[in-house]
Parts: sequence; C-alpha cells; structure tokens
Amino acid sequence: MIRIENISKCFGERKVIDNISFEFFKGKTNLIIGESGCGKTVLLKMMVGLLVPDTGNVYYDGVDFHALDEKGKQTVRAKIGMLFQGGALFDSMTVEENVMFPLDMYTDWTKEKKLERVNFCLQRVKLEGRNHLYPAELSGGMKKRCALARAIANNPEYLFCDEPNSGLDPKTSIVIDQLIQDLTREFNMTTIIVTHDMNSVMEIGENIMFIHKGKKWWEGHSNKVLNSGNKELMDFVFASEFLKKVFHTS
Amino acid sequence: MLQVFHHIGKYFLLLKRVFARPQKWSVYRRQISYEIESIGISSLPIISIISMFMGGIITIQAAFGFTSPWVPLYAVGFTTRESVLLEFSPTVISLILAGKVGSNIASEIGTMRITEQIDALEIMGINSASYLILPKILASVIIFPFLIAISMFLGLLGGYLMGVSSGACTGYEYIYGIQAFFEPWKLYYSFTKVEVFAFIITSVSSYFGYFTTGGALEVGKSSTRAVVYTSILILFFGLIITNLFFNR
Ligand SMILES: Nc1ncnc2c1ncn2[C@@H]1O[C@H](COP(=O)(O)OP(=O)(O)OP(=O)(O)O)[C@@H](O)[C@H]1O
Ligand SMILES: [Mg+2]
Repeated sequence: MIRIENISKCFGERKVIDNISFEFFKGKTNLIIGESGCGKTVLLKMMVGLLVPDTGNVYYDGVDFHALDEKGKQTVRAKIGMLFQGGALFDSMTVEENVMFPLDMYTDWTKEKKLERVNFCLQRVKLEGRNHLYPAELSGGMKKRCALARAIANNPEYLFCDEPNSGLDPKTSIVIDQLIQDLTREFNMTTIIVTHDMNSVMEIGENIMFIHKGKKWWEGHSNKVLNSGNKELMDFVFASEFLKKVFHTS
Repeated sequence: MLQVFHHIGKYFLLLKRVFARPQKWSVYRRQISYEIESIGISSLPIISIISMFMGGIITIQAAFGFTSPWVPLYAVGFTTRESVLLEFSPTVISLILAGKVGSNIASEIGTMRITEQIDALEIMGINSASYLILPKILASVIIFPFLIAISMFLGLLGGYLMGVSSGACTGYEYIYGIQAFFEPWKLYYSFTKVEVFAFIITSVSSYFGYFTTGGALEVGKSSTRAVVYTSILILFFGLIITNLFFNR
C-alpha cells in the first residue's frame, strides 16, 4: 500500500499539484486520471522520488520515503517497477537485454533462467520473437510494451505505469490493461496507472483518483463514475457526444 | 566566478557518487570491456594516422632547422623522440581524444538524461552515476596508456620513414638519435600526464552529459562544452604536472 499525504508542487508561480492526499491499495489497480497537463506525471515522479514535493509525504507500507537516505531509497526502489510515459528504454541494448537488465542487477539466476523469464514477459506483452531488435527499430506501441515487460520483469511489489496504453490500438490496449490487472492480483502488487483512456477507466478502475485544477476532484470505483453526479468527471470520461448518448440510453 | 565554484562542487559531489561501491561487479565488468572497445579500440585508426604524419612532420622540421655542420645528424632523431614522447603523444593525442571521446560521452549520457533513461536506472534502485560513469573512467584509465604508447611508436616510425625517404638523415643516424641520452623518468612524466588526462576527459565529459536538461539542442551544447572544458583542463594540468617534474 502506498499513501500520499498533503502533496503539493509548484513550478515557478504555477501550482501544479495542490495538497493531494490519497491511498493506493495493494492488489488493486489504482488509477490516476485527469486531462493532459494536469500534473499526473509530476505526481507519479514525486511518488518515486524523481521530483521532490514542496510539501507532503509519501509512505510505502508505512515507510516515509522522502525521509530515507540514498541507500534506503535504493532498497525501496529495487521493489519498484516503472513504465515511463516515453518508454525510457536503454537504446544501446536490445529488447532482450532491456528486459533482462533488472534481473542482471538483482538476481543471481543463470543465463537460461533469466532468458526464460524474459521470454515469458515478452510473450505476455505480445512481443515474443522480437528479442534482438533495438529500441530504434520498434514502433511506438512496441516500445511501450517492451518497457512494460521490463517494468514487470523482476516481479515488483509496486508497479507504476504512466499511460501504458497510449499509442496502442483498442484491442492491444485491452490486452495490456488485462495483463496489468492479472499481474496485480496474482502477485498482490500495489499498482498505480496513469491514464486518460476511458476504456481503461471503466474496465480496470478499482480505485480512481480524478485530478482537476491540481486538486483531487473525485475518488472512487469505476462503477460509481456513472452516477457520481460530478460534472467535470463526466465531461472528462465521456468526452464525446457519442459516448454520452450511448451511456444515457443504456 | 561563483558559477565556477558551483560547477566544481557539483563535479566533486558527482564523483563521490561515481566512486560509491558498485552494486554488482559482474555487470560492471561487462560494461568496462564494452567501453574499452568503444573508447579505446575505435580510436586506434585516427590516432595511428595522426601519429605517423606528425612524426614525419617533426622530423622534417628538425632536419630543416639543423643545417649547421656543428650539429650532429643524429640530433634529428633525438629531437623527434623528445617532441613525440614528451608532448606530442601525451598531450596532442589527448586533445584529439577529448574531441572524439569527450563529445561522444557527453552526448551519450546527455541523451540518456533527456530521454529519462537515467531516471529509469534510478527507479530501479541503481546508482546511475556509478553505473554509467565508473566503467568509462576505468576503461579510459586502462586503455589510454596503450593508445599513447602505440602513438609514440608510430610517431617515431613516421619520423624514420620520412627522415630516411627525404634524405634528411640516414636510418642509422635516426635510430642512434632516438636512443641517445634517454632518461626513463621522462616516460613516467608522460604517462602520468596520460592518466590524468584520461581521468579528466571521461569524468568532465560525463559531468556535462549527466547534468543536461532540456532537449536535443542542450545535448549538443553539453557536448561542445565538454570538449572546450576538457581541452582547457588538459592544458592546465599539463602545465602543473610539467612544473612538478621539471622544476625540481
Ligand atoms: N520540469 C518542469 N518544469 C516546469 N514545469 C513543468 C515541469 N514538468 C512539468 N511541468 C508542468 O507541469 C504540468 C503538468 O505536467 P505533467 O507532465 O505532469 O502532465 P500530465 O498530467 O502527465 O499530462 P499528459 O497526460 O499530457 O502526460 C504541465 O503544465 C507542465 O508544463
Ligand atoms: Mg504525463
């Protein structure tokens, strides 16, 4: 479980994140949603310590992350898997080497065992047989999926995904969502997904936080979205007139 | 001026992280051999060409200068050896490597920074400074002396070929000249410089790459800055080391 308390962040004069507190549960897919530029990535980066919040604390199963020293942070981070919005694949390494990297660093497995694990992860993200391509030779969506494979390679306890299905077709997108949810349940991970994909919200939104104007605007389960009576949330999730019509008639 | 102290402080803080205990030696060993290949072996062609030519040029210039009958002909070989061993191979080749290796390192690490690859390393709980920079420093400190030794040999060879073929001196005189009055401590001096330069080139270039912010434009700027500052530092430390060795 990860808990954030009174997190705020300004860039210059602009308050991007304004006093947000929230709890992300173990074994559940926790979603952070909000329109583009509202500070989702910034919030995620503060949670993993790539940015330092102006105020507030982040607790990993009760441990105050920002109070830890470098060594302590490294210990917590060894249990984190993160999918960056831009993928952040190591471009000097092949797909296989990228996914194997966390295993090289943190396990003493034999080469065969690591390879087996890599192939398993690649197969889960539908990238089997692409082991020896370099990131430059992958499509945008393939990069995303490869990065996801790397994030889950070492069975993390905490999984952060920044828009795992942007740039994917609807079908693959659902496969990836399903994969993340399955893994989360199977390994009882604390999973946090940033998304603005309305399919994901309705499919896997077990614990949703909606950010609007830098504040936590709404929270709850996806099955409460429809009758939340929250105008901004409804506008966000059902952005198109088409969707509104579909949902109002059903 | 304050800016300079800011950079120096930040540089040493980075070095402190670089020299933290490596988390996994097996991974580092792999990186070091890779860097030896990419920093060292790939620089061999350019170093060889330049060294041969410079050796030849120095010999011709020396022969041209010594027209007086009082100067023995082996002075040509002697002068070539002194120039190549003391200054040309250690310093000029290091400056060339600062251009080639330094810009390469700064842009590589800078690109990793702006594409969040360094963040990705940090998130995995890896000391990114150490993982990225230490193998480069170790590789260059290991491989530079060999590169420079090769450059010295080829420089003298170039001098021989040029001197003999142009008739500036005979092969015998040249060989005699490059052995005359040889003092081994001068080699210590040369290789001390080389090791210091190797460290400067990799660590300073890595510093500029590591703290790149922004986009592709800034990566370009970082790599230019890396070359400019390493070149200045090479000359500066060359002066200091020369003082230490010669003003005794
Ligand atoms: N390093 C930075 N310096 C200054 N401003 C920043 C910085 N990083 C982000 N911002 C600002 O913070 C705001 C939130 O950015 P963020 O990347 O978190 O958006 P987001 O919610 O992830 O959007 P998207 O869905 O498009 O990825 C943006 O307006 C951006 O301009
Ligand atoms: Mg974002």
